[in-house]
Amino acid sequence: MEVIKDGEIAINEWQHVADDEALPEGKATLSLKRWREEKDGLTGRGTPLGLRLTAADIVEEIVEVLRQFDLIVLDMTQFTDGRVFSQARLLRERFGFTGELRVRGDFIQDQMFFLSRVGVNAFEFPEGTDLENMRRALGEFSVAYQAATDVRDPLYRRRS
Amino acid sequence: MYQYDDYDQTLVNERAAQFRDQTRRFLAGQLTEDQFRPLRLMNGLYIQRHAPMLRIAIPYGLLSSRQMRMLAHIARKYDKGYGHFTTRQNLQFNWPKLEEVPDILDDLASVQMHAIQTSGNCIRNTTSDHLAGVAADELEDPRPYCEIIRQWSTLHPEFAFLPRKFKIAVSGSVRDRAATQVHDIGLQLVKNERGEIGFEVLVGGGLGRTPIIGVVIRPFLEKQHLLSYLEAILRVYNRFGRRDNKFKARIKILVKDTGKEKFTGMVETEWAKIRDGLALDEAEIDRVRAFFAPPAYEDLPTGDAELDRRKLDDAQFATWFRHNTVDHKIPGYRAVFLSLKAHGAPPGDLAASQMDAVAELADRYSFGEIRVTHTQNLILADVRQSELYALWQALTGLNLATPNIGTAGDIIACPGLDYCALANATSIPIANGIQRIFDDLDYLYDLGDIRINISGCMNGCGHHTVGHIGILGVDKKGEEWYQITLGGSSSNEASLGERLGPSVAKHQVAPVIEQIFHAYRELRLEDEAFLETVRRIGIQPFQERVYGSH
Ligand code: SF4
Repeated sequence: MEVIKDGEIAINEWQHVADDEALPEGKATLSLKRWREEKDGLTGRGTPLGLRLTAADIVEEIVEVLRQFDLIVLDMTQFTDGRVFSQARLLRERFGFTGELRVRGDFIQDQMFFLSRVGVNAFEFPEGTDLENMRRALGEFSVAYQAATDVRDPLYRRRS
Repeated sequence: MYQYDDYDQTLVNERAAQFRDQTRRFLAGQLTEDQFRPLRLMNGLYIQRHAPMLRIAIPYGLLSSRQMRMLAHIARKYDKGYGHFTTRQNLQFNWPKLEEVPDILDDLASVQMHAIQTSGNCIRNTTSDHLAGVAADELEDPRPYCEIIRQWSTLHPEFAFLPRKFKIAVSGSVRDRAATQVHDIGLQLVKNERGEIGFEVLVGGGLGRTPIIGVVIRPFLEKQHLLSYLEAILRVYNRFGRRDNKFKARIKILVKDTGKEKFTGMVETEWAKIRDGLALDEAEIDRVRAFFAPPAYEDLPTGDAELDRRKLDDAQFATWFRHNTVDHKIPGYRAVFLSLKAHGAPPGDLAASQMDAVAELADRYSFGEIRVTHTQNLILADVRQSELYALWQALTGLNLATPNIGTAGDIIACPGLDYCALANATSIPIANGIQRIFDDLDYLYDLGDIRINISGCMNGCGHHTVGHIGILGVDKKGEEWYQITLGGSSSNEASLGERLGPSVAKHQVAPVIEQIFHAYRELRLEDEAFLETVRRIGIQPFQERVYGSH
């Protein structure tokens, strides 16, 4: 399967492991609940670990352990649940997460521009999606007024 | 007024192109109803009873004559030749075709207009004082801040999918004409002890199902912190506002359930972390302010002998002058209200031919600008008093000179059952029924200032809860009934109306309102306005009058 990462189509190297599924060898993501339960046994595992957050998870609660993860997945179950946008911004801007920040689940291409502005750099779609088409959605706007994660200065500082 | 540069223009062009593609995908079955809904709402498009309804943004109620002409063109080409001004200073078209909406957005973009965020669960059009910049009681013109907020809120990447809609109003005058206390955020320009001007910040006001007056969470906010503070409030709301029940999703419920102290603490904590990074540059405030610099006023004498003579000679003109024009901070000028409340016509409606004519009059008499009031009237704000008579004659010919501004004939009414899919009952015929009481204008004037607001359902688009007399349409076994409230106000001492008693049938509304008028005339003290009487004696005497006689 492929994802869009940093604006390019890339191979997905991650497996999203369900809470009752055995942990595979390679790169794997876990839900916050499972990670909390098993975290002591996971240190020193050697393979990169990813964390899946739901919109209801409070990012402040994982600040201390952020550096243990190469990937954070924002699992969207309702594309209209805008909490994800704040989660992404806080992870990037306030808590300095530098790994891959990916959205997955119920989001639509019309949100990709917004998501990319709040620090999301990877998009995972259902199998069979035309990724080339989706990639274009990232460039729908060439102008943005606000300072956000992608551009730290508001537009007005660039006006002549 | 604000003029787009290449950046602003590019953004609305790209937005129109994006919506064209979204509409195409929806019609081709690539977007589901559920997916398309928030996208079209964020471009002002409702799909409902008769046809789609398109709401166009009129930022803080300010229009150029060129824009007004484009609205006339759109009304003619895509609609049935008229538009409806709303209580949030916007304009609605009731009959566009879905397939043609992308073309309408292109036409709007060509005159620096759009329909961005006029609906949906996002930050809506920022509203303001319709007398901004000309009112004598103004501390500072609020419009530059409205424009700064407009830009900040337009396609804000973090706040496009809020729990519910979000409305901001800014007022710069002593007298609050922007209803700041019943907005999600109300900003009131104030002066602190050191003589600096900043914002008093209110949060959590709102009408609709659970009407609440906003609370002050910061008595003084320095201007440079405007955007960081708004961002802090919005982030707290976006993260913690309820999403499980749309009737409890507005920020007012979050404020109420969290408690003012704790909520304020959350905002202040968030703000402390972002305030320095998001400070607003002084240079940007100055840049935007320059767009709202006063026009080239002439040096005019305060009085005008010709005007005085006209008022003496022509009683109708004198009446109009008294009711439909107000003082201007510059000597020799007045601000003129164009009444969209001709008795018997739908409140707030304007025909395409009238739009063109108003644009013409704005060019001739008022520097080419028009304002929309939240009471659904228009204003030409900068008219020389020597030209008032000619303007009055022209307006009379257009049926825009009904001398009823601020009176009980100047009724706010939502579209109601005639146009709105959510309605329980009609609003427009109720307004017209009440207006019929005033076949004699002297009776209307004797009643003085009375704000009557009518909504066709609990959503309260007609702001019934803050009407001195509020009328709310309810459904009673499939019939239209109306609940009446007294004593509401959205002005400085904002208050919510109190229920008079059981709802009344449609044909009883006008007679009941007439009884309320009679009671007021008997019970008022000399020179006491309706609202003051209600506040002094309470609603009981009115209840007795209305229900005692049944
Ligand atoms: S108050 Fe109700 S009936 Fe009136 S416009 Fe709003 S939603 Fe429609």
